[in-house]
Amino acid sequence: MTREEVFVKLNEIFQDVFDDEDINVNDATTAADVDGWDSLEHINLLVAIERGFGIRFTMGETTGLKNVGEMVDKIMAHLG
Amino acid sequence: MSLKELEYPFDSDFILRKKKALKRQLTEREGVTYIDKKIAILGGSTTSDIKLILELFLLNYGIRPEFYESEYNQYYEDAVFGNEELDSFNPDLVFIHTTSRNIKNFPLVTDNEEAVNSLADNEMSKFLQIWGKLEEKFHCTIIQNNFEQPFFRLMGNSDVSDIHGRLNFINRLNERFYDYARSHENFFINDINYISAVYGIKKWSDPGDWYRYKYAVAVPAIPEFAFNLSHIIKAVYGKNKKAFALDMDNTLWGGIVGDDGPENIHIGHEDAESELFTEFQQYIKAHKDLGILLTVASKNDEENALAGLARPDSTLKQDDFLIIKANWDNKDINIKNTAAEINIGADSFVFVDDNPVERALVEAQVAGISVPEVGAPETYIDIIDSNGYFEVTGLSAEDLKRNGMYKANMERAKASASFDDYDDYLRSLEMQAEIKPFTPLYMARIAELTNKSNQFNLTTKRCSQAEIEKFAADPTYITRYGRLEDKFGDNGVVAVSFGHEADENGEKVFLMDLWLMSCRVLKRGMEFAMMDEFVNECKERGIAKIRGFYYPTAKNKMVKDFYSMQGFVKIHEAEDGSTEWELDLSAPYFSKNVAIKVN
Repeated sequence: MTREEVFVKLNEIFQDVFDDEDINVNDATTAADVDGWDSLEHINLLVAIERGFGIRFTMGETTGLKNVGEMVDKIMAHLG
Repeated sequence: MSLKELEYPFDSDFILRKKKALKRQLTEREGVTYIDKKIAILGGSTTSDIKLILELFLLNYGIRPEFYESEYNQYYEDAVFGNEELDSFNPDLVFIHTTSRNIKNFPLVTDNEEAVNSLADNEMSKFLQIWGKLEEKFHCTIIQNNFEQPFFRLMGNSDVSDIHGRLNFINRLNERFYDYARSHENFFINDINYISAVYGIKKWSDPGDWYRYKYAVAVPAIPEFAFNLSHIIKAVYGKNKKAFALDMDNTLWGGIVGDDGPENIHIGHEDAESELFTEFQQYIKAHKDLGILLTVASKNDEENALAGLARPDSTLKQDDFLIIKANWDNKDINIKNTAAEINIGADSFVFVDDNPVERALVEAQVAGISVPEVGAPETYIDIIDSNGYFEVTGLSAEDLKRNGMYKANMERAKASASFDDYDDYLRSLEMQAEIKPFTPLYMARIAELTNKSNQFNLTTKRCSQAEIEKFAADPTYITRYGRLEDKFGDNGVVAVSFGHEADENGEKVFLMDLWLMSCRVLKRGMEFAMMDEFVNECKERGIAKIRGFYYPTAKNKMVKDFYSMQGFVKIHEAEDGSTEWELDLSAPYFSKNVAIKVN
């Protein structure tokens, strides 16, 4: 899966989880840019990403992510 | 219309990911009448998504919850010491979400038997304190998780039998929870021990989700968890289904009886397919004892349908069914007719048919009916069972007798045809009523009726058993239930009414808060016999006037003129059609009861 393909799929997940069809995430997107992205919704987002991509983040990976770009890096690493 | 996405088998990932869109879809549905309930969730771990997903399932059942959610792991403090927010919230129902993660001290291998016993006692006393306090303070329904099995076994297979094993310890605590449930009517166990086993204990107890998010139930398992919990809540609030409408060919037996002949259909024990259908018939038949009504909706010549049931190795017999509609009419028509004949809503049926075309038709034509996607015969039981249509929250004597009572009702209908004068018919029934203040024996049935009755119901006030008990104990209330027997049988408790005294400019008036009757005793004069009792009691208490209320709903038009028939005078009519009525007790009162002997 290319980085672009990961972004397309990831964006769909964002739109579903936050129920907002206008969301368009990029490398620099952070929680502050998305309405409703708090710590509880972050859990739902991570679970939806794991289930959507068929991957499992390790415990350390999910803390300290700075932006969506870093998130995509992690997803790419798991997809191999 | 309920959402298929929230019925079993569902896609948990889809529900989790789309929960906001699903909630939008649910709340945008038109023509849904909700009952509103206040639910307090007292958690021993994170409950955020449990609340949100539970809300979806409840909305789908027509229950609109308002939630109180305890701060993280404050279940004990909230219950035992209370807090202002919870007190003013005044819940209808408290759900205590504890899991094996909340057990403070498991036995050590070095503990002696006495020490292990005292660990169990300590754990138990904590919960007894919680339940006791909640009961004392809120007098409401309590739902408590049992404990799920741990995901590791320090002692291997001995963990289950040795007193030092964790598995042995949680099983022991669970047994004590069940003892409590058996002896407390408004207390129910949410069986996560079972649901987690079905889901897979190791995935359920995912340490990743626990240590990262403090979810004791792994997030992907939350829909299964919440669905199971929602069954108890909807059952408590009277949203259970009441009847089966069953197809026959390839549903109750293998093959087509009209084509293959009754001797060639697969039922009994001759081959694997026959045994499979026999197990399914046994499963269906067992519902009779729970008070679930069995009916048939089959495209068949009646003669062939009955020949199938007449096989000696058929578990289900003709006599097990209240109504058999085997003809060539569309099934939606047959089901609606069946519902009208039994006098229950068509939306209280579960329709079981192997044919997806029939299922789609019935689902589209019969509003509110449940039509499980039963799949292949191997999955029939699982799919019906997992949907929790008939969740049992206490078996009443009524339930055990229900099929017989409806049968007697149909015999009455036949008998009435042979009388020219209706009063003669009523007198021929030899009716005997018991009309008395609410009594402990019938509290469960009374609460059930307030939640189930829609048509003959003046105010549609829904009450939990705890509320009913509160009214019964309050001296400013007058409560009456009516039980009716006749020569065809006992109808059980079929009428419930209550109201309370109020002071109006120094004059005592009586406000009728609720008046309902089961449709199974329509046109028997029971409502007149009930009114006599209220009038007598009000006069004895020196009450000057009885005030009655009618609040229109989608279903209760039949009682629009109820108070007029009872001799009340209309004193107010609101724009929404609500009316207020008054009976002046200083005027002479004439009983309209012609044929019922009371007490």
